[in-house]
Amino acid sequence: MPEKLNGWFEKKFKDFSIGDFLIKNALIIILIIMAIVAAIYNGNFVSANNFKNISINFSARFLIALGVSGCLITRGTDLSAGRMAGLGACIAGTLLQTSDYAQKFFPNLGDVPILAVFVLAMVICGFFGLINGIVVSYLKVPPFIATLGTQTIVYGACQLYSPMPLGGYRKDYTALSSTFFLGNSIPLFIVIAALVGAFMWFLYNKTRHGKYMYAIGGNETAAEVSGVNVSKTLIIIYTLAGLLYAAGGVLLGAKAGGATVNTGYGYELEAIASCTIGGVSTTGGIGKISGIVIGVLVFEFLKTSMQFLGINPAVQYIIQGVVIILAVALDLRKYLAKK
Amino acid sequence: MGEYFLELKGISKAFPGVQALDNVSLQVRPGSVHALMGENGAGKSTLMKCLFGIYKMDAGQILLEGEEVSVINPLDALQKGIAMVHQELQPIPDRSIAENIFCGRYPTKGVWPIRWTDDKKMNEEAQKWLGEVSLNMDSKTKLRELSISQMQIVEIAKAISMNAKLVILDEPTSSLTQSEVEKLFAIINRLRERGVAIIYISHKMDEILRISDEVTIMRDGQYIGTWKSSEMTVDMIISKMVGRDLTNVYPPKTNTPGEVVFSVRNYSSTLPHSFKEVNFDLRKGEILGFAGLVGAQRTELMEAIFGLRSLEKGSVELNKRVLRIKRPRDAILSKIGMITEDRRGSGIFGVLSVKDNISVSSLNNYLLAGIVLDDAKIDKLVNDNVGRLSIKTPDLRTLIKSLSGGNQQKVIISRWLANNPDVLIMDEPTRGIDVGAKYEIYQIMINLANEGKSIIMVSSEMAELIGVADRIAVMCNGRLTGIVEGEEANQERIMQLATQF
Repeated sequence: MPEKLNGWFEKKFKDFSIGDFLIKNALIIILIIMAIVAAIYNGNFVSANNFKNISINFSARFLIALGVSGCLITRGTDLSAGRMAGLGACIAGTLLQTSDYAQKFFPNLGDVPILAVFVLAMVICGFFGLINGIVVSYLKVPPFIATLGTQTIVYGACQLYSPMPLGGYRKDYTALSSTFFLGNSIPLFIVIAALVGAFMWFLYNKTRHGKYMYAIGGNETAAEVSGVNVSKTLIIIYTLAGLLYAAGGVLLGAKAGGATVNTGYGYELEAIASCTIGGVSTTGGIGKISGIVIGVLVFEFLKTSMQFLGINPAVQYIIQGVVIILAVALDLRKYLAKK
Repeated sequence: MGEYFLELKGISKAFPGVQALDNVSLQVRPGSVHALMGENGAGKSTLMKCLFGIYKMDAGQILLEGEEVSVINPLDALQKGIAMVHQELQPIPDRSIAENIFCGRYPTKGVWPIRWTDDKKMNEEAQKWLGEVSLNMDSKTKLRELSISQMQIVEIAKAISMNAKLVILDEPTSSLTQSEVEKLFAIINRLRERGVAIIYISHKMDEILRISDEVTIMRDGQYIGTWKSSEMTVDMIISKMVGRDLTNVYPPKTNTPGEVVFSVRNYSSTLPHSFKEVNFDLRKGEILGFAGLVGAQRTELMEAIFGLRSLEKGSVELNKRVLRIKRPRDAILSKIGMITEDRRGSGIFGVLSVKDNISVSSLNNYLLAGIVLDDAKIDKLVNDNVGRLSIKTPDLRTLIKSLSGGNQQKVIISRWLANNPDVLIMDEPTRGIDVGAKYEIYQIMINLANEGKSIIMVSSEMAELIGVADRIAVMCNGRLTGIVEGEEANQERIMQLATQF
């Protein structure tokens, strides 16, 4: 056994160089330093509450990032992600209000089971995702434009449906974000995120769909020639993305205790940024679930550390923007360096 | 000025795990054509990239006209008079010939800070350079409308318009017809007379012996030597390139064609200038060659059979069953496979592993409970193929883009074998592959024919068609002009059929 371990070490570290290591992990290292500084600056950073908070925020965004990842891996994108999450949150909001709430959206509606609301929100957003997929694969509209269109359509649809801010949520709905397991330590949200993450890992690595997705991202023409049903695969990817955005949106609503048409605004860009930070290549064909976990985590840590450091919110946006550009630049460097 | 225009001395370059160049030298005289030869992976392109400053060399000197220089990037090389015409041209298709020639250095007029491009001057200049290379075209023509050989000639015009004293031609004839090659050679001869030095990189022995004055041969990153071309023969070059004597360029033909299994009838494209009324039969265990000049529509015909192009009319029958093929999926289900001409564009998945590249089109055969991929079975498939076709790869997870062209081609052949096709269409199966690997590909084809598979082999190299195919169908301008039986096949007979209209 020791010899085997030695071999592993040799293989892993034979070409090890500090410079390479720093470049490859620059962002993560910077963020760890930032977290340490934040912890020193404000003791509350390292607290159970903060970590619970981060993990709950992480979960909803992770679902949205998982949805976008398939689009990115096939060299596409999905700009409608945030608005779809918003629509999901609004659908859940209108159906999960307490019966005595004065501004109840459906005044005569009884108590709908939460699971049914999840399913309904997912079906509706899945429908919009399906439209994305059909437009991208059959009408050949570039994903950037196609999903820019649906982004606007979904926003309009959401405004038509529930123009007013929603509130007065049922306790059992908002309680989703405050349910913990194992002695008040593991949030329900994280369990959901882990289950969905495991499902997506399985889908990406152990099924034909996953292999076809990477093949299309690697070389769409070659995939077509090899008999891959490109249109079907793309439609599944965009539809599944819609389902995930809706689920993310329902969770966001539970956490916030309310929703408006602007819920989820800008989340698509955050999701795309997180995926890229996590190594999902912008040139297609590359991307792992573990990378997406890291990417979303890094982004959440970044935001929270900045809050704890008391950085001006406007400056926080500037730093986030710089980090996104830096992440892609460093990502490309890895490939350039190999030349 | 010394005897040589360019001298490379003791160039070494290592990549992680491989010594790509080991003390390589090259000396090119002005007004001469210097052939640079070697198998794929011998280090020719690495050497050129060092010359252009794309790679930083570990050791060595570059001397231009006797003076040591350091080239930092391709633009710098251009300013020093070194230009390269790449094998894969990178034109700007929707811009004119003139703009392509003057890209980055448009003639301008006006006074600073208001200057604008002088289109009239640019077009006149471009027209002059087109005259220099005898390309009879209007300089305002868009590049998109040119054939590949014409684009190449535009590249050469660009090189000499920049006053290049050294022009490097990388595999310039790989997609040219015989008459186009003659035109290119005439231009090369003119450049030589003007005192331009030319480095000519090619795999084609007969061309090298015809056009070059000297030959430098490389093998596995080593400099083997430089000889006068007039003192060399094809066999000598091959044996120096591969480091052993290649007694046969083609393996012995052991397959015997059986009864007709595959018939194509009245195949006509929807496009006006494409294939029309094509009929042919393919026998079991037969290798049927397809010859023709560039533009004969052979690739278009094959892609239509495989469901990649639309048809006006026509039918295909396999094993007495009429097939309905609308897309590649249908063809694959009907037991037809196709290795496309453009390996990089429509063959390999560069960022994916060897394993994924082999298994991608046969995943339906490796399912547990109809859903989960059976990795153990896929590994076995991949290992079997890697062994059977002797694919040289560090392991199954290696990315295909890091393999040599020949090994990439074997991976793609494996992909199709995994589907166990009855008919395998191979379009230019040995393009851009070195001599040793070509032999292996031919052997694989003959073995497949022996196993009862039928193969259609499209190739622009008549010699390999004659060497490997049982019969050769010849196309010209979209028509099938004749099928030559193996024994009577010779280059004259094929050329005659290929140039009927």
